[in-house]
Amino acid sequence: MSIEIINVTKTFGNYTALNNVSLVIPDGKLVALLGPSGSGKTTLLRIIAGLDVFDANPKSDIRFKGKSVIGHRIAERQVGFVFQHYALFRHMNVYQNIAFGLKVRRGKNWMPRQQIRERVTELLHLIQLDNLERRYPDQLSGGQRQRVALARALAIEPQFLLLDEPFGALDAKVRQNLRRWLRQLHEQIKLTSVFVTHDQEEALELADEIVVLNQGKIEQEGTPDEVFHEPKSAFVMDFLGSVNLFHGRIEGASVIFDSKTAGHRPIFVRPHEIDLFPENPNTGGLPTKVRRVQLAGSIVKIELQDESQREIFVELSHEKYNVYNFGIGDTVFAVPQRTVVFAEYYSI
Amino acid sequence: MRLPGFRLTFGFTVTYLSLVVLIPLSLLVWHTFNLTFTDFINTVTSRQVVASYRLTFTATLLAALTNAVFGFMLAWSLVRYRFPGRRFIDAIVDIPFAMPTAVSGIALTTLCANTGWVGYYAEKYLGWQLAYTPTGVYIALTFIGLPFVVRTLQPALEDLDKDVEEAAEALGATRFQTFRRILFPAVLPALLTGFTLAFARALGEYGSVVFIAGNIPFSTEITSLLIYTKLEEFEYPKATAIALVMLVASFFSMLFINLIQWYTSKNN
Repeated sequence: MSIEIINVTKTFGNYTALNNVSLVIPDGKLVALLGPSGSGKTTLLRIIAGLDVFDANPKSDIRFKGKSVIGHRIAERQVGFVFQHYALFRHMNVYQNIAFGLKVRRGKNWMPRQQIRERVTELLHLIQLDNLERRYPDQLSGGQRQRVALARALAIEPQFLLLDEPFGALDAKVRQNLRRWLRQLHEQIKLTSVFVTHDQEEALELADEIVVLNQGKIEQEGTPDEVFHEPKSAFVMDFLGSVNLFHGRIEGASVIFDSKTAGHRPIFVRPHEIDLFPENPNTGGLPTKVRRVQLAGSIVKIELQDESQREIFVELSHEKYNVYNFGIGDTVFAVPQRTVVFAEYYSI
Repeated sequence: MRLPGFRLTFGFTVTYLSLVVLIPLSLLVWHTFNLTFTDFINTVTSRQVVASYRLTFTATLLAALTNAVFGFMLAWSLVRYRFPGRRFIDAIVDIPFAMPTAVSGIALTTLCANTGWVGYYAEKYLGWQLAYTPTGVYIALTFIGLPFVVRTLQPALEDLDKDVEEAAEALGATRFQTFRRILFPAVLPALLTGFTLAFARALGEYGSVVFIAGNIPFSTEITSLLIYTKLEEFEYPKATAIALVMLVASFFSMLFINLIQWYTSKNN
């Protein structure tokens, strides 16, 4: 329990960015705050950092290692903060950027020049930019800038590392590499870290724990496995990967597709948990027409349309697809293999 | 890649520059050749003229420096704070731009003369005479230069990234350290540009100065005034001779400031 957030609410005028959020960030873990824009994830991160202040309330508190940090500014909280757009100092080179947090120390914390050099050299090595210390931010690629921003945040030996959409401004390939690198770095230095993202794939791949936020509330928290396979709400199910919505009843092992009679419910099925048959099987399938087949990629993505013009997305392995080999316009029968039904209705 | 249209653009640039700048300036040199070398030296180094150079350059430099400091503060307040009347003050900054210089000159003289609102108290309590002294010249030059600094700094200050300031704060920098090491260096090139513009404007200023200066020989005569006086006396070659010296001097001042600017922006 290294960071505790207790009953935190934040409003901007009439708008509630965070609604009574409580959360514990465990020690040494890499935690993702995941949610769509406007879910309050960045606000929560900024409140943890001390860049924003939550609404005053005697029941609210933020504790670092058991001690309240209310009223502490970001510098006192000793957190490393990595900004979405890096926020590097443009008139300083890489070395000066990383050294900044050490050079501004005064009084008993003052650091001799030699010691600063050692620390910065160490960090440059850590971010694998040993030879670029004289470069200016404008002369670096996006991925390099992000790593410099990270090294700069780490230079002050923070208790926690907070990252705001760390890969948001990078292109797909660089993002993947940097993600893997950050994961390795985390395993190496074991610093409790929180990062904000709207990209579910990033959260699933990188985090030890995921906190899913929606409209200022925590929808679910758990390991990537838990939130993906056991979503507690339709929102989480929908947000973590694509999902199909059917209406009907579940009777035993089979699904009766029926949106007309009373008692039908929304049924959620992931695209890879639907099977397709050219003939209607005994268990009863939903008749659909093939609209589009995307063969490029590790799986085959198929777009179907049912009689009420609703779109259904299915993912099949290439092997399975090759057995039936549907063409566009063919009629196929969709049979869900695994369904999820939530008590609470949520429309997508 | 070669951009098309280079010849046309270059040709146009050279023609325009020649018409507007180079031809008038070469006439300046041409006219000066009507003087013998001795006459030229005597004209440009006469005690009265030398006194005017000293006044012009000192007052201009001081005025531009004052504007750099207070213009910075003004631009800072206008950009960073929200207060009632901000837009009004913002509009007022343009007045020295918009007002005919003679009007500014007369207004300032009225204000600073020992019967004026400011001049009266300055003399009574501080013993300072403002109008008809070098101080008056300085006041006029400060007045006309202010908008240059404010208007060049404003966009630069608005462009400052909130993130960058927060980053400095997160790294433990105090507000002063953040200002001195992050914000100030970021707007320094703009500040230098504003300073240069204010300096250049003040160097050649005539209208607003002549009223408040009183034009006392050896004391409050600016160089532009001497040139004008020579013209009125139909001493064209002498007028152009003084103008030529001013031209060369301002060229080197500008060159010097530009070198500083180049040096600072190189590190940006």
